Amino acid sequence: MQQETVRAGTIETTYREAVKQAIRDAIKRDERVFLMGEDVGRYGGCYAVSKGLLAEFGPERIRDTPLSESGFTGAGIGAAMAGMRPIVEVMTVNFSLLALDQIMNTAATVRHMSGNQFGVPLVIRMATGAGKQLAAQHSHSLEGWYAHIPGIKVLAPATLEDARGMLWTALQDPDPVLIFENVMLYNMSGKLAADAGAVDIDKAAVRRPGSDISLVTYGGSLWKTLEAATALAVEGIEAEVVDLRSLRPLDDATIMASVAKTRRAVIVDEGWRSGSLAAEVGMRIVEQAFWSLDAPLGRVCSEEVPIPYPAHLENAAIPQADKVVAAAKAALGRK
Amino acid sequence: MAEFRMPSLGADMEAGTLVQWLVKPGDRVKHGDIIAVVETQKGAIEIESFQTGQIEKFLVDVGTKVPVGTPLAEIRTEGETKPAAAPAAALPKAPAAPKPKVPPASAAAPSPVQAPVRAPATPPAAPAAPGARVSPAARRLAEQRGIDLSTVSGTGPQGAITYADVEARLGVAGAPAAAPERKRAPALNLDAMRTAIAAAMARSKREIPHYYLEHQVDVTACEQWLAQKNAALPPDARLLIGVLALKAVALAARRYPAFNGFYRDNKFEPSQAVHTGVAIAIRGGGLTAPALHDADKLTLDDLMGRMRDLIQRTRAGRIRSSEIADPTITVSSLGERGVEALYGIIYPPQVAIIGFGKVVVRPWIVDGAIGPRSVVTITLSADHRVSDGHAGALFLAEIGRLLQEPDKL
Repeated sequence: MQQETVRAGTIETTYREAVKQAIRDAIKRDERVFLMGEDVGRYGGCYAVSKGLLAEFGPERIRDTPLSESGFTGAGIGAAMAGMRPIVEVMTVNFSLLALDQIMNTAATVRHMSGNQFGVPLVIRMATGAGKQLAAQHSHSLEGWYAHIPGIKVLAPATLEDARGMLWTALQDPDPVLIFENVMLYNMSGKLAADAGAVDIDKAAVRRPGSDISLVTYGGSLWKTLEAATALAVEGIEAEVVDLRSLRPLDDATIMASVAKTRRAVIVDEGWRSGSLAAEVGMRIVEQAFWSLDAPLGRVCSEEVPIPYPAHLENAAIPQADKVVAAAKAALGRK
Repeated sequence: MAEFRMPSLGADMEAGTLVQWLVKPGDRVKHGDIIAVVETQKGAIEIESFQTGQIEKFLVDVGTKVPVGTPLAEIRTEGETKPAAAPAAALPKAPAAPKPKVPPASAAAPSPVQAPVRAPATPPAAPAAPGARVSPAARRLAEQRGIDLSTVSGTGPQGAITYADVEARLGVAGAPAAAPERKRAPALNLDAMRTAIAAAMARSKREIPHYYLEHQVDVTACEQWLAQKNAALPPDARLLIGVLALKAVALAARRYPAFNGFYRDNKFEPSQAVHTGVAIAIRGGGLTAPALHDADKLTLDDLMGRMRDLIQRTRAGRIRSSEIADPTITVSSLGERGVEALYGIIYPPQVAIIGFGKVVVRPWIVDGAIGPRSVVTITLSADHRVSDGHAGALFLAEIGRLLQEPDKL
């Protein structure tokens, strides 16, 4: 899926492998870093991200935990406050709700409540998104909920570079950082610079320049949106695709610069529409770029149902390229 | 909270179209500040605030035609504090159904653009707003470039006027103006003005029992005084005889209040202030008589400057609301057109109009000898419900007397 041309010093890899190399790199570079979560050790990770790491680094650095999200997330918070740099893996965002109290009431607030005496330099990785027929309890996209919480950062790496590079930068942050990995991206393969390393985690990126409409998205929806942009180009519509990368804080400057140029925007977000991150992005556009707008804003979100199990219904429930194309055309007054 | 309302800019005005806000919510305004432009049959009028305070919010959308008296904005006056929570009152919509500005565009469109079946479910669109749909980007560009949106057809979603549509209109309008001057040429609608004149003058002749007096006045002293005074002045500061006439009328009106004020509800209300309306012909037809405020108190130089400004602005279509509504007496002059006398029709609810004809040199008896003198015919049309010919004669004679001593004007 990566369109990048092969060049000297690039390797063929996958998103899963890029995440694994990011973890390996961090464990090797910083002795305070360790990985903790359900099945991350002997099983090699529910999405096989940490396969082989237990053998390489041993149980001190790759720690299997009981099935208790609240417990091991709390342990990670304690370790972070005590000077470690834990990477806590929560199997999916659906299960992270069991740890929501730890994340919101402890991790996000300790610096505030301790009068800046303590911080929680913790990274929590989790899978998100639908598309693997895992049914409603394993398929939701709740990263927008976390983006509501002050005191944490929320990242959504969509590319190999970001999968490889965001973790290290997140570990340098003095406060909690949540990294959401869309389940449909783990198998994505492409070229990555052999020396790929840390990347910034506070800027959105324009993944495709265009002049007619801004398509603002993140995570797994980025590739569907790029597919939609290609389809729109065939019809003479040049869409600019903005990858948010960071869901909290949002990079308003990049979004507004794009909208000021194209004067139209559609936001693509796999979360449910009501109260969504898409709603937040749209409202910011209205607040900051109202006088640049040429058409009502559009949104492509998940249908407001628990994600269905049957493949055809699951696909119909979440954003797809054809929905993005239709929304973009509506904003342009085209059929 | 004070309300800023669509003012009545003449007895015959029933409604006006809000064309432009010159302030934005949060701006501080004081009494007399120009805060909006309203389009009426008399053209585009700049509307002044009667309150001092802060603009709280706008109540009417630009482009909406509303009846006189409709609140256009809320002004938080001095001393008022911001309410803790704004009441969730709905925007009072204009009672009058405004006409869509671009019927041709929407009518010509084959069908409203429908979202394709595949489009994601969107919440039902709000009921159509009054007036045409104009995107914010298009609205701003049009405002910056002085484009009248009613001349633009929309190609956007549901026929909305988009940025590109305004750009296209700019292209049609010729090369983009070098400097984005805010010309408001389209503000003068001469057909509408003719309708307004017809209504006002018919009403005047129907309701006001006019009487007419005529007085020939030797203005040689004025001419001599002006020649002397103007010799020392650059051309753009020179005084015209019309300014002397205006000042003389204003001073005389102060002395004879039965000619200065309004007749309303079967009652005459004399005015303390003297605001002389100056009849100004519009090129291409049409006529209006905006006020020179407090003409009795201005120096001749100031009066001249104000008159130049007023004429220029009137012909450019930028008159202020108070100038339209305030005149307490009108002065009209057709001397430059060569006629020797004019008998005016009173502009209601005023009660008098003074006419000046051409200054002509006539044989005149001065101190028992015939000599050439410059003479002008001054006329008075007055409302017999308010004054009688006797008072009119004294008033007219007073004007003539004042013109004998131009240095004292």
